[in-house]
Amino acid sequence: MNLEKLSNSTGEWLRGEGPMSDVVISSRIRLARNLADHPFLMAASSSERTEIYRAIVQQISAGAAGADSMIFDLLEADSVEQNLLVERHLISRQHAAGEGSRGVSVSADERRAIMINEEDHLRIQSLRSGMDLESLGRDVNEIDDALAAKLAFAFDRQLGYLTACPTNLGTGIRVSVMLHLPALRLTKEIERVARAARDMHLAVRGLYGEGTEAIGDFYQVSNQTTLGKTEDAIIRTFSEKIIPKVVEYERTARDTLARQHSARLDDKIWRAYGLLSNARRISSNETHALLSPIRMGIRMGRFDRFDLKTLNEVFLFTQPAHLQKMLGQTLDEDERGIARADYIRKRIG
Amino acid sequence: MEGQAAMNISCQRCNKSKATVHITDTVPEKRERHLCEDCAEQEGVIIKQKHHTTNEILQQFIKHKVGAAIGLELESISCPQCGTTLKDFQTNGQLGCPHDYVVFRDALMPLIERAHEGATHHVGKVPPTAEPVVRKQTGLVRLRRELQEAVEQENYERAARVRDEIRALESQ
Repeated sequence: MNLEKLSNSTGEWLRGEGPMSDVVISSRIRLARNLADHPFLMAASSSERTEIYRAIVQQISAGAAGADSMIFDLLEADSVEQNLLVERHLISRQHAAGEGSRGVSVSADERRAIMINEEDHLRIQSLRSGMDLESLGRDVNEIDDALAAKLAFAFDRQLGYLTACPTNLGTGIRVSVMLHLPALRLTKEIERVARAARDMHLAVRGLYGEGTEAIGDFYQVSNQTTLGKTEDAIIRTFSEKIIPKVVEYERTARDTLARQHSARLDDKIWRAYGLLSNARRISSNETHALLSPIRMGIRMGRFDRFDLKTLNEVFLFTQPAHLQKMLGQTLDEDERGIARADYIRKRIG
Repeated sequence: MEGQAAMNISCQRCNKSKATVHITDTVPEKRERHLCEDCAEQEGVIIKQKHHTTNEILQQFIKHKVGAAIGLELESISCPQCGTTLKDFQTNGQLGCPHDYVVFRDALMPLIERAHEGATHHVGKVPPTAEPVVRKQTGLVRLRRELQEAVEQENYERAARVRDEIRALESQ
């Protein structure tokens, strides 16, 4: 599998640009689709699975998802390569750990990633740095139309698009927005915001989606209801109601900290820098946790030792698979901790 | 957000977390108390709402409702297309093929309603290749709901517009 093209850049989701990027790291929309004339994966034999995979890859290779798509066959990939795709937010952890014929199609700019044979036959995803749900909605719709012209999708007049799990039924849409909320965490208001989100039937998760905890103040908010609303209505709930409100809360909390607790705030930011630039052995989670206040410091103009681009690179390249790919060798956890600290000191020390 | 004064008080019971619940007792004597949510819950002052993910709700629901259904005639039914039974679904949380939604519809509908805030009908995108009757049906469901909303909001201009759209679609 040729991942060289991907592994040298930070990719789309960590580009650090786009609307509201002081608080919104990235936004993503995915559509779940299944071929009408095949079983869902739970009941598919290994040969049926391969047949489904080939039918979809054939259409993507013919240009249905854009001319510049690269297809990565996950059966051929080793675990470092699989995790590299997870760390770049192109596939889910479940997809990396899955079995049988499966893969992902990635566009050259890493804005489109189509998972093949994850839980559903197709998970069409589009992602952008910052808050940009309208163009994401148009983009997944376009890919869906192009694929639907070649492949018949399972659809029911009452229930809409049929999915392996009834929770994704109907539109099959999942909108998720990755937020950086360090100030709300510091002022201990994060739980209230998370509760309010859950009351609105939204899921609040960590950096890598389902089953992951929030590390370094990064939270992923996504819809859970997919039936009974139009795609547009679901997207607008995020872009007009939920996200602007959370962004406003976070900005207000940052202002409050700067006005009333500036020494405490600066201490948090610069202490993190002190640790990062001196550590001799550090985990990936601790790195993320320390980069969090520094990111806030950069965006608030209170930190200037390095810029956001450098921070994003350190964020991505210190993760286990990227670190090993960069160094060209397989390392155990202990060795990674030392290699990670060395790399960080070289970049920012 | 709360005022700064309230923000800085720590819980009088555990002395650790921030106090977010502020109570004025009048019996046996008048006093003010400031607690965090956990302590307030332990003292029975508030009841914290438990939050479950849709998946947890689903799992619980599958166990109870689908489990009950299995005891009846549905137990013996398997999908003629893929062979999946409700028992399989109960175990895996995933269905075997699109036809399962037809075979097990009665058992699945309460679960679907529950997972989707009471919704039972799709009103979103229809595949471009879907037969016109499906497009019409889905469109009508959406428009009728919009009409109801417009009437509830007393937006009669919009209601009239939606009503015309419904008539146009019905006559197709």
